[in-house]
Amino acid sequence: MCQLFVLYTKYCCFISCSKSKFKLNIVISAPNHYVYFFHILNLPSYILLFTVMSKTLFDKVWDSHVVQHIENGPDVLFIDRHLVHEVTSPVAFLGLKNRSIKVLYPERTFATADHNTPTLNQHLPVKDKLSANQLKALEENSKAHSIPYWGLGHEKNGIVHVIGPENGITVPGATIVCGDSHTSTHGAFGAIAFGIGTSEVEMVLSTQCIMQPKPKSMRINVNGTLNKAVTPKDVALFIISKLTTSGATGYFVEYAGDVFRNMSMEGRMTVCNLSIEMGARGGMIAPDEKTFDYIKGREYAPKGAAWDKAMTYWETLYSEDDASFDKELTFEASEIEPMITYGTNPGMGMGIKNDIPRAETLEGGAATYQKSLAYMNFNEGDAMIGKPIDFVFLGSCTNGRIEDFRAFASIIKGRRKADNVTAWLVPGSHRVEEAIKDEGILDILHESGFELREPGCSACLAMNDDKIPAGKYAVSTSNRNFEGRQGPGARTLLASPLVAAAAAVTGKVTDPRELMELETV
Amino acid sequence: MAYDKFNILKSSAVPLPIENVDTDQIIPARFLKATERKGFGDNLFRDWRYNPDNTPKEHFVLNNPIYKGKILVGGKNFGSGSSREHAAWAVYDYGFRCVVSSFFADIFRNNCLNIGVLPVQVSPEFLDKIFTAIEANPDTEIEVSLPEQTITILESGESESFAINDYKKENMLNGFDDIDYLLNIKNNIEAFAQNTPL
Repeated sequence: MCQLFVLYTKYCCFISCSKSKFKLNIVISAPNHYVYFFHILNLPSYILLFTVMSKTLFDKVWDSHVVQHIENGPDVLFIDRHLVHEVTSPVAFLGLKNRSIKVLYPERTFATADHNTPTLNQHLPVKDKLSANQLKALEENSKAHSIPYWGLGHEKNGIVHVIGPENGITVPGATIVCGDSHTSTHGAFGAIAFGIGTSEVEMVLSTQCIMQPKPKSMRINVNGTLNKAVTPKDVALFIISKLTTSGATGYFVEYAGDVFRNMSMEGRMTVCNLSIEMGARGGMIAPDEKTFDYIKGREYAPKGAAWDKAMTYWETLYSEDDASFDKELTFEASEIEPMITYGTNPGMGMGIKNDIPRAETLEGGAATYQKSLAYMNFNEGDAMIGKPIDFVFLGSCTNGRIEDFRAFASIIKGRRKADNVTAWLVPGSHRVEEAIKDEGILDILHESGFELREPGCSACLAMNDDKIPAGKYAVSTSNRNFEGRQGPGARTLLASPLVAAAAAVTGKVTDPRELMELETV
Repeated sequence: MAYDKFNILKSSAVPLPIENVDTDQIIPARFLKATERKGFGDNLFRDWRYNPDNTPKEHFVLNNPIYKGKILVGGKNFGSGSSREHAAWAVYDYGFRCVVSSFFADIFRNNCLNIGVLPVQVSPEFLDKIFTAIEANPDTEIEVSLPEQTITILESGESESFAINDYKKENMLNGFDDIDYLLNIKNNIEAFAQNTPL
């Protein structure tokens, strides 16, 4: 007689019985080990230890989606939800046409128009012929493959990473992809979500799978309480400034600690959205009651028995206590100040009251650093506070949600837009636009001399007419300050909605804390 | 769609010793409006290559006729930023078949592998050697051998090996793409889909 027990705890004891023999065994196992215990009648006991890693949140979701593992190659990963937009999809649909195949699971695929769309007069035909052509292609492709398409004017239209969560398409434990690097946003719900190229869009359309090696894992903990005026955007810009834009390349990040636990779903989306800016494939946060409350009742969210079944799965989605990560970093919330960038990549950020670092204090190439400052027309050692600005952009998949408009309104209320500033305030979706109106924020904007535009990606990547002119400075709540990102020659300062609002009413880089009322103790 | 096979590439190289070259530089967003995959090479490094009036910027390396070849050598963290495969298409369409750097952004690397452009990651020291060799002689030939997984500066004979997973190596050697593979296991995928919780 042989008994095999597989245990998965740090400390355990159990009783084994055979014939008249009765024996108590106490086994203390090391973390991250399965313990195989063999007890063979009348023979000594054998204890075998096998090292098997306890799973991280990321492992749990990834491993449960592997259709096939190729030795010394990629995993074939099943994709639960595929979001499609007009810019990175037409060549993929063309590929399907050339192979004479249809989209395998149209019900897992959702299409919207966002990158290329105007943010004024959306009821009129799109003037830019090439943009109009791409929009038409997506509409036709969606129709031909029975994919829901939420084009311009549709009540569900908006930025792909805003409408996914809004409509309950984004759920914990899912694999979600889109031909857009900021797909990492959806990781806020405990999903594995990341951007893919057009070849991969074609793979997902035709087979609902992609082929990728499993990334390494990193956990970033931020503990403590955030300082006044420090928003999720500042937390993310702070982390990126510490890691640089390539510090997390090859990794999938889990964000943990008090700061993310206490953060709203919108804030978590902002943080996960910016994961790609430190090179990570994606970032995720374990789902909790806040996550479930957000999802419940949304159109595409599971309902009834399907909800209960999903919850059974979702409640298993956390990293085991003894799970280990390839890399782990911990920061204190109190270290983080309202942030602003001064260069041409998102890693070139600092506390708003600091001076631009000198090249010799930084790792990396001085020539690249100086090229970057020359583009911005800034000098090493300059203070950012007080620098005049020309444009303010509030919006994008990073900061185009209702919470961002609330934050912006909290600063501008009772003040006037500075005369030297052009402000483009672009909601992430029609739902956000509606909420802005319903909550009275639109009135506050109007009273302060601001206008609200219609939803879309807008000046974040300047594919439409919303281009910052060459040489002009924009304080922008978007995600990239690359050369020319917001228009050829445009100079971008990335910041939170609070910093953007402070700049919008003062016409220069301003610490938002100066405009906030003193907290009552 | 199958792509060009890649075996051994022997070519001079174009040096771009700048770090963090992002995909917005490789191809700015305003050139992503096509619905077909053609013509992207014309806009490769558009804003570094041309003035606003479309005249070439004479100091940019692609406008300097002494630098040519099928290998692009870039600084650390090449291809960061947007997932636009258009960046890889632009590199390919311009005529490059191989990009060398000491570090690549993930999505760009994947996109290259998916269209038949070989990303070769070398050590920072070897990258410096390549830049130095090209600076000394712009005609310096570099040999990239996929079967051997080596990159060699032919003049000096200095060589380094590079990593690529067996699956992708086989694909590139034969010009196979992932969709062919996935379509072949479609039955497994459909069976898998039946049992997914979401």
